[in-house]
Amino acid sequence: MSLMHVSSPHVHKPVSSVEQVMKQVLLATIPGVLVLTWFFGPGTIINIVFGSALALAFEAWALWLRGKDYKTPLRDHSVIVTATLLCIALPPYAPWWLIAVGVGVSVLLGKHVFGGLGYNPFNPAMVGYVVLLVSFPLQMSSWTEPRGIGEVPGIVDAFTALFAASSYDAVTAATPLDLFRQNSGMLFDDLMQSKAELTGPIAGLGWDWVNLTFLAGGIWLLRQRIFTWHAPVGMLTALTICAALGYDEGSSTGGGSVLFHLFSGATMFGAFFIITDPVSSAVSNKGRLIFGAMVGILVYLIRVHGNYPDAVAFGVLLLNFAAPLIDQYTQPTVYGTKKVEADE
Amino acid sequence: MRQIFDIHGGIHPPERKDMSNPGWVSDCDMPSKLVLPVTQHIGAPARPVVEVGDTVLGGQMIAEAQGSVSVPVHAPSSGTVTAIEARAVPHASGLTDTCIEISLDGKDEWIGCEGLDNWRDETKAALLERVRLAGIAGLGGAGFPTAIKLASDRDGGIHTLIINGTECEPYITADDTVMQCFAQQIVEGAEILAHMVGAETVLLAVEDNKPEAADAMRQAAAALEIAEVVTFPTKYPSGGEKQLIEILLNTQVPSGGIPADIGVLCQNPSTAIAVRDALIDGKPVTHRITTVTGMSLKDPGNRRVMLGTPIRELLETAGFNADSADRVIHGGPMMGFAVTDLDMPVVKITNCVLAPTRTEIPPPQPQQACIRCGMCAEACPASLLPQQLYWYARAKDQEQLERHNLMDCIECGACAYVCPSHIPLVQYYRSAKGSLREAAKEKVRSDNSRSRFEARQERLEREAAAREAKRAARKAAAEARAQAGDDPVQAAIERAKAKKVQQEAGQ
Repeated sequence: MSLMHVSSPHVHKPVSSVEQVMKQVLLATIPGVLVLTWFFGPGTIINIVFGSALALAFEAWALWLRGKDYKTPLRDHSVIVTATLLCIALPPYAPWWLIAVGVGVSVLLGKHVFGGLGYNPFNPAMVGYVVLLVSFPLQMSSWTEPRGIGEVPGIVDAFTALFAASSYDAVTAATPLDLFRQNSGMLFDDLMQSKAELTGPIAGLGWDWVNLTFLAGGIWLLRQRIFTWHAPVGMLTALTICAALGYDEGSSTGGGSVLFHLFSGATMFGAFFIITDPVSSAVSNKGRLIFGAMVGILVYLIRVHGNYPDAVAFGVLLLNFAAPLIDQYTQPTVYGTKKVEADE
Repeated sequence: MRQIFDIHGGIHPPERKDMSNPGWVSDCDMPSKLVLPVTQHIGAPARPVVEVGDTVLGGQMIAEAQGSVSVPVHAPSSGTVTAIEARAVPHASGLTDTCIEISLDGKDEWIGCEGLDNWRDETKAALLERVRLAGIAGLGGAGFPTAIKLASDRDGGIHTLIINGTECEPYITADDTVMQCFAQQIVEGAEILAHMVGAETVLLAVEDNKPEAADAMRQAAAALEIAEVVTFPTKYPSGGEKQLIEILLNTQVPSGGIPADIGVLCQNPSTAIAVRDALIDGKPVTHRITTVTGMSLKDPGNRRVMLGTPIRELLETAGFNADSADRVIHGGPMMGFAVTDLDMPVVKITNCVLAPTRTEIPPPQPQQACIRCGMCAEACPASLLPQQLYWYARAKDQEQLERHNLMDCIECGACAYVCPSHIPLVQYYRSAKGSLREAAKEKVRSDNSRSRFEARQERLEREAAAREAKRAARKAAAEARAQAGDDPVQAAIERAKAKKVQQEAGQ
């Protein structure tokens, strides 16, 4: 027999691998995606399928260009996670080229120019999203009306939209965050009563359910120990505190209620699926708490005082810059380095 | 009930301890020859005191301690020395070392061993010398010379002796078996150890997955008033010395320090027995209980093995099927190292020989990119950031490695166990630690030569300054004399003039 010379430890935790982690993240998005589909039709699912296929192609191409083995990394599912997260954030019924540009930027500029998986300083999905948001503001704000107000498009409509030469002319509607942003004269409570889009049980028709299901998916991931509670709790707590401090009984220029902020737009999706990206966030638990909290503060400030209706992508990218700095100051206390309390 | 504390991190790998049937021990068949390395401990190698062709008896010292941090080696049975040469030895480095080979005559004749009738009457120094001469080094796996450990009580002395029967590594049941079969001897050994270091409390620590061992220890501990059996939840690596101290006492050993710094001494149960045997029976360390286990063996279990028994023979007596295994591990699956040569002997630190099948412990999976998921940091018992250390180790960034306390890593392997990217983290840390140690040595060397150079420079300057000062003083004195009118040249001229005047006058 020939003896294998390998280093300790010789045993490894069963079923623990990068693809396993990625698979669990994908599974956790399913409830949220289903709710999006219920309210807005099959657009998001088509985004995801189309985007993932493109992403695999881009990844293989990038790996081939870099002279790397391009088969094994495709199996780790990380690029599908990137594409899925980006496509969930895109409006349903986006044209094919919008998705292609977004996925291409995410995979090539967000990930491979820095050295591929594990080396990207920024969240790749958010890099793609922000490039699209800044470059194609019209297409990026074309959300359709949710079920309950308008007709939800069917499969045929969805494919027409994907490959239409001109942009899809479904009835688009402002999202609750758009309406909140554009509001200038109405008291917050009146605003919430005035539009059908805003009459959901918590924070706008459809959107509160979307947020609740992403929250549920996130809690499942937390229980699976895919990430720790620190970043999401940091972000949601900071957002809550900011919204509570900024709430002025609902004047027309005020900041909106706490529930409105927690269950609107990308809050829960961002808190559990975006800022928890381990590669580009801070490393220590304390660092991740600060990272999340800073994102929460930025989200509130940009939503209320900035030029964009939502801000998770900007908040995350800005904090990606700050992550190494946060790491520098949040090293955990190592065994045996605690300051010894004076003996008696 | 004593309060128990928790440590950060830790993992729960499958234990697989039942396989080796803890609580039963059988003698390993006598091998035809023994190979005894002169270094079975941490420290300087022992020096052989026999020559090829010499006849030796069991218990006879065949290599003597050399220097203070060293322990002697004794023959486990009678026979003839047939070789003294470099052989493969069990060490993570895979290097060879001087070994003494003894061909056994099968008679197992021993020298007369003389124990102490009353060890309480002896001085501590005399007891320590006996421990040292008995060749005792930590039998739990570290192999640190026990006499040194017992002697190093820093200020404040030792208040607590911990007998570490945690045995948190999967598969291994040697300590479990020793505690079940020889509880009384362990407690006697603990009493001697406590006496030697002046400990007021003896804690017999057993993980709660070994209830039989804990019961046996409780019964035996009734004989020693200061002893108490403590059980605590099973978690790897609770048996690490520093971790165990935190679990039992809620204090931490300072970084870079040893347990004695906070008045604690840890000993393995087998080491306690070895101390007892050395003092009461006068017997040196020549045998040990080793777990032989793994699914490549038909008959796994715990064996009383002569030190020096080749691993191959030990495995064969347990029904080894070499075709089903592709590695043999010295120690446990978490911290043990792969044996590179089956002719390597069982030594003082061999608590386990593990021969798993290929399906039982499959070959390592290919390494993937680190995604900084942080599972390693959650598992690390030292609260390190293994993912950061990995990056810095790859970047050879020594400053950051030190800042992130690489040296506090205990190499338990919990991080690599949970890593979803299958990165052999411990290997990176070992190598990085090596270069940090090298750099530290290099720094000492260069500091020394710098200070030597500076001292020389200073001395040269001082000497030059002294010479300069002397010259200046001479010059000043000469000038002073000149001003006072006693210029020697002038005086000579005047003397000459005066003489001339005299001569002219005389003519």
